[in-house]
Amino acid sequence: MAEITRDDVAHLARLAHIDMTDDELARMAGELAVIVESIKTVSEVAGDDVPATSHPIPLSNVFREDVVGETLSNEEALLNAPDNADGRFKVPAILDGE
Amino acid sequence: MSALTDEVLTFDEAMEKYDPVLGFEVHVELNTRTKMFSAAPNAFGDIPNTNVSPVDLGLPGVLPVVNGTAVESAIKIGLALNCSIAEKCYFARKNYFYPDTPKNFQTSQFEDPIAHDGYLDIELADGTVFRVEIERAHMEEDAGKLTHMGGAAGRIQGAEFSLVDYNRAGVPLIEIVTKPIEGAGARAPELAKAYVAAIREIVKNLGVSDARMERGNVRCDANVSLRPHGRETFGTRTETKNVNSLRAVEHAVRYEIQRHAAVLDSGTPILQETRHWHEDTRTTTSGRPKSDADDYRYFPEPDLVPVVTNDAWIEKLRAELPEPPAERRKRLQADWGYSDAEFRDVVNAGVMSSIEDTVTAGVSAAVARTWWMGEISRRAKLADVDPAEPGASPALIVELNALIESGKINDKLSRDVLDGVLAGEGTPAEVVEQRGLAVVSDDGPLLEAIDGALAAQPDVADKIRGGKVQAVGAIVGGVMKATRGQADAGRVRELILQRLGVEG
Repeated sequence: MAEITRDDVAHLARLAHIDMTDDELARMAGELAVIVESIKTVSEVAGDDVPATSHPIPLSNVFREDVVGETLSNEEALLNAPDNADGRFKVPAILDGE
Repeated sequence: MSALTDEVLTFDEAMEKYDPVLGFEVHVELNTRTKMFSAAPNAFGDIPNTNVSPVDLGLPGVLPVVNGTAVESAIKIGLALNCSIAEKCYFARKNYFYPDTPKNFQTSQFEDPIAHDGYLDIELADGTVFRVEIERAHMEEDAGKLTHMGGAAGRIQGAEFSLVDYNRAGVPLIEIVTKPIEGAGARAPELAKAYVAAIREIVKNLGVSDARMERGNVRCDANVSLRPHGRETFGTRTETKNVNSLRAVEHAVRYEIQRHAAVLDSGTPILQETRHWHEDTRTTTSGRPKSDADDYRYFPEPDLVPVVTNDAWIEKLRAELPEPPAERRKRLQADWGYSDAEFRDVVNAGVMSSIEDTVTAGVSAAVARTWWMGEISRRAKLADVDPAEPGASPALIVELNALIESGKINDKLSRDVLDGVLAGEGTPAEVVEQRGLAVVSDDGPLLEAIDGALAAQPDVADKIRGGKVQAVGAIVGGVMKATRGQADAGRVRELILQRLGVEG
C-alpha cells in the first residue's frame, strides 16, 4: 500500500457513516499513513513463504451442536431499541435501499 | 414504481442479434434447528423478534459460534454440486449499513469459500443436457425481515418507516454462484428456470433445506448480459434481485434479454445495476446502480476460527448423500416402464415420490400412475393444491386398489370412495359401508333393473335380439343409472344378453 490520501479517508468515512470535518480528514490521513508505514515493516521481516495471517492461534473447527438454546423475549429484544412498534424495531424510511 | 416503461424487442429479434450470457446467485436457507452462529431457533412464522439471541442482535461483547451441522450441510451441497471442498476456509465480515443487519456486517466467506469449482448437468424439457459450471458455494447468514410501512402496498418508495423482525437474522444460508453461462442462446430463459429447479431439488433431496421458494428458502438473483453474435467479450450485466419462483426466473431472464437488446439497439450502453422484478407486470425496474456502497471492505472475521476439512470427514459425508435426483429419475422411469412423455408428466405433476411409495406398497406402476395422474391430480387441480395435499396417500391407493381387485367396488364407485375418504368419512372400507357403495352383486336387483331398462327401450331390445349386440351399451347405461353406478357393468352385460337369449 502506498500512502493514504485525504480522499481515501473521506471515502472510508462515508462507507463507515462517520461524519468528519476537513481538518479531521487531513489529520487522519496523516495519522493513518504513519500506521500503514509502521505495519509495513512487518512485511520486511515476513518473507514470501509466510502467508498473511488473520488468526495467529492454531485453532480450528470450533463448532456448536445444533441444539436450541436460550433466546431473548420479545420485550427484552426491543429493550434497547430507540423506537418500536408491533413487536418490531422501528427504523426511519430507507430511501436508497433495495 | 417507475413510471417509465422500458422499450423491449421481441425475444426473437433479440436472439437474431445477440447471445445472452447468464449467471446466478442462489441463496439456500438451511433447515438446521438453530442459526448459523447462535443457538436461537431457526424457525419460520413465529412471533417477531422472539427467535433472537444477543448474538443475532449484534449486542456488544457477544461471540458467535459456528453451527457444526450447518457446515456439514454446506459440504454436502458442495459435494452434490461436484465441487472441490476447501481444506481450510475462513469466515469474513461483509460490511454495510442497512437495518436488516443489526451488526452492520454480514458474516460470510470471501476469498476462500467452503466449496468451489463444481458443475451441475441440467436436463431441459426435451432431454437436452446443459452443463452449468459452479464457481463457488459459501456459508453466510440471512438478514432480518423489513416491512415498509406507510407507502403504497409495502413498497419502499414513499414508506414513512420500516419495521424490522430479526427472527430470520442469522439463519444459515448457502450462496451458490455460477460461472458465466454461455451458449444457451434462445433456451436461456428455460435453462434459468431448470437450473434453479435443479438446485431446489438437490437441496431438498439432501434434506438440508425445506426448499420452499414461497417462504424464501431458495432465492435467486439472475444476472443477464448480451453480446453481439461472434463477440468473445461479455457485455455489461444487470442483476435482477430476488426472483423467487421458478416461473418468475424464466420470465425475468426473458424480459431482461428483450430489454437489453432494445437498449443496445438504440446505441446506449447498459447501466450496470440491480433490477427489481415485478411479478404483476412481469417487468423489471431500475434498482440501485453499482456504487461505492458496494465496497464492502471484507476482512477476516476475528471472532471465528477457520474451518479445516480432511478426507475422512468429507468421505463420510459423501457416503451419506442420497441418490442424486437426476439418477433417481432415470432408474424409476426404467423400473416403471413409462414413456418419456408419461414420466415427464408425472415429474411435472410432482407425484413421482407418491407413485414410488405406492409401487413399493405393492400396486403396479401402471395402476399407481392412473390414480395419481387421474383422480388425485384432478381433485388437487380443482382445490388448487399439490397432488400430495388433498390427503391422498400411497396407503389409500393400496386399499382402494384392493377393493377394486376383489370386485367389491368398481372404478366408478372407487371415485366416490375416494371423495368420502378425502372428506374425512373414514377408511375406504368404512366409506363403502357407510355410503352403501358396494357393487351390487346379487343378480335379483340387477335383473329387476334390467327388465326395467329393456321395457323403457323396446326398440333397442329388438335390435339386440336381432343380433346388434353392440347396442347393449344403451341398456347397460340404463341399468347403471338405475343402480346409481353400483352394478358391475360386466355382469350386467352378461345378464342382459342371457335375458334376451343372445350370445355375447
